[in-house]
Amino acid sequence: MLARRIIPCLDVRDGEVVKGVQFRNHEIIGAIEPLAERYAAAGADELVFYDITASADARVVDKSWVERVARLIDIPFTVAGGISSVAQAQEILAMGADKISINSPALRDPDLINTLVDEFGQQCIVIGIDSFFDTDTETYQVYQFTGDESRTSKTRWQTREWLQEVISRGAGEIVLNCMNQDGVRQGYDIAQLQALRKICPVPLIASGGAGALNHFRDVFQQAEVDGALAASVFHKQLISIADLKSHLTHAGILVRPV
Amino acid sequence: MNLVIIDTACANLTSVRFAIERLGVIPEVTADAARIQQADRVILPGVGTARAAMRNLQQLELVPVIRELQQPVLGICLGMQLLTDWSAEGDVDCLGVIPARTERLQAAGLPLPHMGWNTLQDTTNNPLTRGLGLDPWCYFVHSFAVAPDRYTIARTNYGATFAAMIRNRNFFGAQFHPERSGATGSRILKNFLEITDADTST
Repeated sequence: MLARRIIPCLDVRDGEVVKGVQFRNHEIIGAIEPLAERYAAAGADELVFYDITASADARVVDKSWVERVARLIDIPFTVAGGISSVAQAQEILAMGADKISINSPALRDPDLINTLVDEFGQQCIVIGIDSFFDTDTETYQVYQFTGDESRTSKTRWQTREWLQEVISRGAGEIVLNCMNQDGVRQGYDIAQLQALRKICPVPLIASGGAGALNHFRDVFQQAEVDGALAASVFHKQLISIADLKSHLTHAGILVRPV
Repeated sequence: MNLVIIDTACANLTSVRFAIERLGVIPEVTADAARIQQADRVILPGVGTARAAMRNLQQLELVPVIRELQQPVLGICLGMQLLTDWSAEGDVDCLGVIPARTERLQAAGLPLPHMGWNTLQDTTNNPLTRGLGLDPWCYFVHSFAVAPDRYTIARTNYGATFAAMIRNRNFFGAQFHPERSGATGSRILKNFLEITDADTST
């Protein structure tokens, strides 16, 4: 049977891996290639590289590191950040990325999703959704340009409607970033993920909030997500992938052994 | 070792090329019929749709070339599906070198595409999984699949059991991506480089 996936996320800014708290105050973690190699060797099932500045700056920064990563590692990886055209997607995929993840550009131009799916196939088009729980209205709202706090803004979409929209346009996988949880290590947003799992027929990846072994167990058992993405717990070496997979196996969750 | 990766003009060839390079072989990426015919090993990669890939192979006049190859050929993912007679993805006739049909994966309500790591089972008489332990883990991304039959040399289950690897004579297919399947995939590609005439004669 299919294993649940453990996915370290490397936020990339100007060619280095960084990490913020609730999408702010980024600190430098290190160079891209050694971290990618370390996670692949440690038993990560897949990697995501998120270029957090690109969309907000309306540019695609130097992506030559994509090819260097593709040469080094033998597990799949996704590149996200500022990909807003077929030509840019083509370039990233040709450098060896397995999937591309689209976020703000899809909100600006939803047709981009079906255009990319038609061109490259559903399997390599991931849609990232940054979802924030608004306590005033008690609704989950989609945000854009979350890589740059000065430009981060609420969109007209509620998360549930946007999810249904991107699925109808052929998205092959969804990464749901629960912004209230990001970087604070208090656990994934189980309630939101449970609700969206029911209406998500493609693979669903939980993102934001992982801080302890049980957070991963809970999100797999309670929200039945296909994968769990995390950054700071791995970067700060608070959790090792080997320990995590051992913990999940003991909890009866199927993972690929390290 | 002269290994050719067929340039189908729609597939992402880079990760396959790098995986072969990590084994110490520099592959040639080409759509040239003579270069393909002269190769010791041929890989047919696949990303995209069956209809687009077959259209490209026809435009490149490679359909009869591939059909008549005698050296070991490995189709990967969509490339494996192209080796069968027909694909439901666009209702398109394929290369027909392995008698099988490619249908939409019936996953019993599980999320599709089937994306992630899953195990290979029933791999006896499979020269490409030699040296691997029981139920090795491989990385899959697909929504179409081949039903198990006498040409199946590995099976995987996701809602239903499908053929993870198929083989007829010198033609091999892998539904998963060995180039992205860690040490397991690397071993499968190494085995492909090292298979002998005895492995492809029956």
